[in-house]
Amino acid sequence: MSPVDFVRDLLNPDLAFLPKALLVAVVAAAVCGVVGAYVVLRGMAFIGDAVAHAVFPGLAVAFVLSGNLVLGGTVAGVVTAVLVAVFTQNRRLREDSVIGVFFVAAFALGIVVISRAPGYAGSLQQFLFGSITGIPDRDVYVVCVTGLAVLLAVALLHKEFVAVTLDREMARAVGLRAFWLDVALYVLVTLAVVISVQTIGNILVLALLVTPAAVARLLTDRLGVMMLLAPLIGGASAVTGLYVSWSWDLPVGGTIVLTLTAVFLLAWVFAPRHGLLAARSA
Amino acid sequence: MTAVLSMEGVDVDLGGRPVLRDVALRVDAGELVGLVGPNGAGKTTLLRCVLGLVPARAGRVRVAGVAARPGRAPVGYVPQRHAFAWDFPISVEDAVMTGLVRRIGLFRRPRVEDWRAVAEALDRVRLTDLRRRPVAELSGGQRQRVLVARALALRPRLLLLDEPFTGLDMPTQDVLGELFATLARDNAVVMATHDLSSAMHTCDRLALLNRTIVAFDTPERLRHPRVWMETFQVGADSHLLATVGLGRPAPARPEV
Repeated sequence: MSPVDFVRDLLNPDLAFLPKALLVAVVAAAVCGVVGAYVVLRGMAFIGDAVAHAVFPGLAVAFVLSGNLVLGGTVAGVVTAVLVAVFTQNRRLREDSVIGVFFVAAFALGIVVISRAPGYAGSLQQFLFGSITGIPDRDVYVVCVTGLAVLLAVALLHKEFVAVTLDREMARAVGLRAFWLDVALYVLVTLAVVISVQTIGNILVLALLVTPAAVARLLTDRLGVMMLLAPLIGGASAVTGLYVSWSWDLPVGGTIVLTLTAVFLLAWVFAPRHGLLAARSA
Repeated sequence: MTAVLSMEGVDVDLGGRPVLRDVALRVDAGELVGLVGPNGAGKTTLLRCVLGLVPARAGRVRVAGVAARPGRAPVGYVPQRHAFAWDFPISVEDAVMTGLVRRIGLFRRPRVEDWRAVAEALDRVRLTDLRRRPVAELSGGQRQRVLVARALALRPRLLLLDEPFTGLDMPTQDVLGELFATLARDNAVVMATHDLSSAMHTCDRLALLNRTIVAFDTPERLRHPRVWMETFQVGADSHLLATVGLGRPAPARPEV
């Protein structure tokens, strides 16, 4: 299928789900790209993975009760994050161990809950690996509004997030509430994950958080540029991935992630200052 | 004269373990005070107590008459260099601006006077020419000066330095020592350090710490080996005494 045919399909009224899927995928990828810059710079990819799993029981409960997926996923993600924060007060356990315990438990709870819903196998597959069909109009609005809210929160708290990431002790010394800023960032990561789950799936959403920001980090030494590049890379990869998925009838989540991975490998080799070739010629 | 830093009868416990006991310390404006002691003596804990990051179980800590609380007392803090994420993609001037983030306020952007404070701080540590350079590209000495500038941007009355000489070569240590002495003319400076030689040459007074202040005086008057031996728990033949200009180093053991 040529790109022109793809555009025709996007405009075809009989395929109304396709432009909705594209819009949701691009918004989700762009929001994840911005939030992912903090995830990559703070080295919290494991926490991002944990949050991605932690939202699952909330999504499952909302699905079973026909409730709001974004609200359900957010509540579950925040509850798990607070549980991790409380249990890590026991100094015998490192934070990564506690995260390991709780995110798998949350994921298991999600599987148990969704197994009670009719059409269990199909629903589970949709949540785990994403789908471009069946996104209701209401969810498109929720994704767009939530995405804008996340971007606005990032803009408002950016300098505080940077200060805590650079030097936590100094940030606390000047009076910043580092713990609450951590919670705020976890909530933003949770929201970014929740709005991405429908198209890309629960398992693969970590790639949207980490890969575009990692590519941007290879391409620039400026934080502002990185936070512009990451959503552009994420959005462009979402469009390309959806096109490839639609053309060859491949799973959309997997295709978007493989597109992102290809972009990452290209950047790793050809990045102007930090790529493999630049390092060899230096 | 009002003390810039005043600590009276301060006890600090960490995890139920006593770390500081009955600490009394007074630092006046224009003074550079070295805080020296062995590993585990409580040097960093003392600095964190002054910052209000660890609570005093007993006693009183005041900075310029204000109780020690994060963001309230006029204190600038220069942590150990490894505490800063040097691989973060940020320029020197933006890194210095992070010291003002609380003063700027939540949801607000830096104002003209904030940028002026940053420019002034960079000028004082002679980093103006490097203000747009990514911090990752700086040398060890330049990085230390970034941390000092970040602390100075708040225009503090008291500057706390935690091991500022660690990992730096001697010429860089000399340059920084001169900088700290210059800064102490306008501010009170307390410097925790393992580098006894630099402390002896740079500081106006030395506080010898081992859970409590064992001695507090000018380097010239700390001439009795006993206070050094008691602070560092070493014998009379220790090389430490030679480092501070007391006694001769013990002869090297012949190779077998």
